Formats: sequence, structure tokens, C-alpha cells
Amino acid sequence: MTQLNSYRSGPDERGHFGIFGGRYVSETLMPLILEVERAYTAARKDPSFQKELDYYLAHYVGRPSPLWLAERLTKALGGAKIYLKRDELNHTGAHKINSCMGQILLAQRMGKKRIIAETGAGQHGVATATVCALFGLSCTVYMGATDIARQAPNVFRMKLLGAEVKPVTSGTGTLKDAMNEALRDWVANVENTYYIIGTVAGPHPYPMMVRDFQSVIGRETREQIMGFEGRLPDKLIACIGGGSNAMGLFHPFLDDKDVAMDAVEAAGLGLDTGKHAASLQGGRPGVLHGNRTYLLMNEDGQIDEAHSISAGLDYPGIGPEHSWLHEIKRVNYVAATDDDAIEAFKLLSRTEGILPALEPAHALAHVARIAPKLPKDYLIVMNLCGRGDKDIFTIGERLGVKL
Amino acid sequence: MSRLAGRFAELAKEGRAGLVTYVMAGDPDAAQAQAILDGLPAAGADVIELGLPFSDPMADGPAIQAAALRALKAGASTRSALGQLKKFREKDQTTPVVLMGYYNPIYIYGAEKFCKDAAAAGADGLIVVDLPPEEDAELRPYAKTAGLDLVRLATPTTDDKRLPIVLEGASGFLYYVAVLGVTGTRSAVTDEVSAAVARFRKTTKLPIAVGFGIKTPDGAAAIARNADACVVGSALVQQVIEGPAAEAAGRVHGLVKALAGAVRAARAKRTA
Ligand SMILES: Cc1ncc(COP(=O)(O)O)c(C=O)c1O
Repeated sequence: MTQLNSYRSGPDERGHFGIFGGRYVSETLMPLILEVERAYTAARKDPSFQKELDYYLAHYVGRPSPLWLAERLTKALGGAKIYLKRDELNHTGAHKINSCMGQILLAQRMGKKRIIAETGAGQHGVATATVCALFGLSCTVYMGATDIARQAPNVFRMKLLGAEVKPVTSGTGTLKDAMNEALRDWVANVENTYYIIGTVAGPHPYPMMVRDFQSVIGRETREQIMGFEGRLPDKLIACIGGGSNAMGLFHPFLDDKDVAMDAVEAAGLGLDTGKHAASLQGGRPGVLHGNRTYLLMNEDGQIDEAHSISAGLDYPGIGPEHSWLHEIKRVNYVAATDDDAIEAFKLLSRTEGILPALEPAHALAHVARIAPKLPKDYLIVMNLCGRGDKDIFTIGERLGVKL
Repeated sequence: MSRLAGRFAELAKEGRAGLVTYVMAGDPDAAQAQAILDGLPAAGADVIELGLPFSDPMADGPAIQAAALRALKAGASTRSALGQLKKFREKDQTTPVVLMGYYNPIYIYGAEKFCKDAAAAGADGLIVVDLPPEEDAELRPYAKTAGLDLVRLATPTTDDKRLPIVLEGASGFLYYVAVLGVTGTRSAVTDEVSAAVARFRKTTKLPIAVGFGIKTPDGAAAIARNADACVVGSALVQQVIEGPAAEAAGRVHGLVKALAGAVRAARAKRTA
């Protein structure tokens, strides 16, 4: 592991984490990106902004989310002691709303009246539509046509919340194409529009800003585990789509050198099949969507399609800070397949009475893999970042059950 | 003098604006794409922008997105685009060609090697849409060494505070993106464009080309009254699919002729 004074000081003033990150956007967006950065820098220093955010997180989102000692799961696996950070209990059912709440407060400070977002699983879209309804702002969500088909309940939810859901058929009709389309919208509507990006990706300051807003997960976890155990956990585990729930859990612990961290990418049909979404383990550094990061691509630099049963992990890139943490080896990146995730989904449903979203089911698959071999006093905290209600149709199809 | 500087000097002498035509390398297939490119100068193109296909063209509208995907599907790549240019240069040594694309394929090719190979193939300049001045230090020195102009973009959001950042180190020409939005969607508004061009002229001696949102001969003529060049892309690329693939070149050249006629007559009309 590279020794640095702190792993928490990034990015630099140009938005770089090592060679990753940056602001690779067209000139039309550049002034706006700089404006977002200025506004965020000011808000970050303003105690009244944090106070307002804390208010909404407590009374609307329902934070802090509990840290739950999963006793029956621990017993079933027969090794390490497993805690679940219950971000699936947030209003709207996932961690996405933590960042949406922060960003919509910022958008309002900037005087923006129209909100756009991209979504994969629909969780970020639902969270964005929710905060737009709460504050009475117009909301347009771009969603790949493929994802619309497999996440129908969330599409309907967004519409009920008053958002316009625009299907994206260009490219492969998944999350990356939705992000392209959202960027195209933004270029055409820079004056009145704020783009709420759903993960720790995009041009600077988004990776930093979304991380900061999601870090509430790790800050709470720290306090809660100290309360239960009087010490920090031995290992943190989270799944990776773009990497926001993982950054949120990890970031407050990065300088605690005894806390190990495993992040779980989606291995789809298997890392060796080429049908996966594991950018770090199967990709290489490139430039897309405003930042340099690990990407799935062919030898000509054309972006490849990602594959995962989980729409929320089905993205051929990853946030730039993860690329950096991977290269300096502070975080260990592993993978779980579609099948692993389904098994983990069943395991948690039956041992703890919690249907996990397919995204954190990937993290759970890794927990199930390593926990049995670890001692009973080894503490694992896994981010249960979403609930599985949205996935019951996908799971039903997998299990051959018609709903 | 570079081919680009030479061409803009000739245009100034003739007292007219130039026509810059954008086509996508490898679209709809290697043979038609070659025929399209090779025939552009005779049809009236003063400068050529050759699009490098990319899977995720964030700054482009539906027409150019579709063109890139057609090209990639037909087997095009960054390498084959340079091959196409090389063949063009066997017949034409005078028309400036600027390669326009996104950074990832260039980065993966290797920025230094790309600049070398592009110059060797006969390119005169580069436009990399998603590489703003803040990030282009990783390409600029290699472009310079290879003798390629790295063309910078200005947009309606480039205010007086930002303009010097854009102009610092800009070469070849200044490309004014005339609309807020992606290629081929909105139409450029002539009065706003004239005002912007006048503003830029106060701060730079670079020729000013105006693009995005110019679709018709009339639209081109309106822009050509003030700008040093007008760029037409989506409308040409759209011609590729407006009929049988084998006749794509003819359709594209037909529109280029009409555009060139309008651009050449634009200022004559004003003084008449
Ligand atoms: C429940 C859930 N978890 C995880 C993700 C993946 O995103 P990230 O890696 O940014 O947390 C998503 C994305 O939609 C999600 O809905």
C-alpha cells in the first residue's frame, strides 16, 4: 500500500485523484461546471447549508439509518460478525436520496428551476423525482429503453411523482446512454437547468460532491459501531455501480489503516466471459462522461456495453476516486456474478427478513464468501444500500415464477 | 505557411467566407466514405473536417451519433480514419483537413503517436470536443511537435472572462459553436452569431469559423456574411442515409455544391 499522509485530501483543485478525474467536457458546459464548483465550495463552508441539509436528512429521509447486527445471517455463515448499514430504510429505498437532497439544495441556491438526471435501476431517478416534488421543481429523467423494460415499477413511480421519463434508445439503451443524453440536454439548457448526477462520476466537482453527500453513511457507521463494539470494524464491504454508496461508506474510514475495505463489482455472467460490468477488473483507464477513470472498452477506445442482472451496476465505468484507490491499493476490488447475487438475495431474505436490492446483493455475495473463514470477533460492516422491492420482477423471472 | 493558414489567407484575399464540410470517417462504409471525402474539394469544400467515430458522442445530436455508429458497425476505427485521410492526400495536397472527435480513442491510441500518425496521414489540425483548455496540456505539446493546429471552441457560454483562456494557445482558427446544444438540432440565429463574431474579432486575429446549427444554403449564406467560414455537418451526414448507400457520395456532394454556391455569393449579394 502506498503511504500517504491522508487518503482523504483528494481531489486537487483541478479535480484530479492522481491521474484520474478531471473535467473532460465540451466548452459549452465548462463555465457551468465551474459555476457548480464555485457554488458547492461556498455551500460547503456555509453552516446554514449543512444545517438545512441535516434537517431534511433527519425529518424527511429518515436518517440516521440503523446499523443492524445481523445475528441470524452471522450464524448461518458461521464466522465473522456481520453488521448491515440499513440505507435501504431511507425514504425511496436506497442511498441515492442522500446525494439528491444535497444537490437539490445546491441547485436552489444557484437559482436553477429545472432538474435533469440519468438513471439506471431507476433508484436515482426516483430519488431525484422525489426531491423535485418536495421542492416543486420540474424534473426530467433520462433512462435507457432497456432499463425501462426491466425496472417498470420505478418508471411508474417517477411518473407518479410528476417527473417526465425520457426513454433513451441511442447506443445500447442503458445507463451510459442515459448519461450521454442527460449531458446533451444540459448543453442545450445550461441557463436554467441543474444536472443531478447519480453517482461519484462525471466532471469535477461531481465525484467529490456526491462523495461528500454520501459520506453521511460512513460518519454514522463510525459512531454506531463505536456504540455497539467500542472499536472500528475490521472490514467494510459495498457494491460498486458508479461507486457512490461505497465511497459514502468508505471515505470517513480511509485514514484508519486497520480498517480494510472490499468493493464488489458486478461480474455478470463471469469476469472471463466478457459479459460483466467490472470496470476495474476488466477495463483500463480512459476518458468518458467528464472524467478519466477505468472503463470497459475495445482496443480502439470505443466504449463496451456492460452486463449485469442489476441495472444499477450496469455501467462500463466507475468513479475516478475508486480508480485511484484501486491503483494505490487502499481498497480491494472484487467481483460477484449474477448467480452469486441471486443466491445472496435469497439468503438475506430468509435469514434476516430483508429483501435486498440486487445491487447490495452483490456485496452480500462477497460477505457470504469470506465470512465463514473469518474469526467470530472479526467485524464486517456491509452497506445495505437499497431494498429489493424494485427487483422482484427480475428475480421472479430468474426463478421461473410469473408475477 | 500551414495549409490552414494558407487557405484562410486565400479566402481573405478573395473576400469571401469558406465552406467547412464535416463528414464522418468510414460512414456508411469504407468505399463510400472514401468517395465522399475525395469528392468534397471539387464540390466546393474549402476546408474538411473529418469526424473520428466514437461510441459515445456526447456533444452530437442524432444525425452524427447515428453516423458514428454506422461507421463503427461497418468496421471503422481511429486507425482506418487515418488510412482514409492518407488515401485522400494521394490525390489532394491542398485542401486542409481537420480531424474532429472525442478524446478517449485518441488517448487509447496514445496522444503522442496519434499526433504523429495523423500528421503523417496528412491532417492539419485537431478538434477534440471533450478536451477543454483546462485538460488539453496532455495533447497540445504533441500536436505542436507534429505541426498540427489544436483548434479551440468558443460557445455562447464563453463570456469575456473566459475568452482569454480559450484563446491562449489556440491556433488554426477559432471554432464558434453557434447554438446552445448538440450538433444538428437548433438553428443558429444570425444576429446573435454576428454579435459574437464581432466580439471575438476584438480579441483575436485567428479566422473565425461558425458551426452547429447551419443546415441550408440560405442559413450558410447568412453566416458567411460575417464569419470567415461556416461549418456544415449534420445536414451533410444526413444525406448519407437519404437514399441508396451506393449513391451516398452523389447526394452529399450535391448539397455541398449548393452550400458552396450560397457561401460564395453571400458577400457579393450584400454589396450588390
Ligand atoms: C440500490 C442501489 N445500490 C447501488 C447502486 C449503484 O450505484 P453506486 O455504485 O453509485 O452506489 C444503485 C444504482 O442505481 C442502486 O440503486
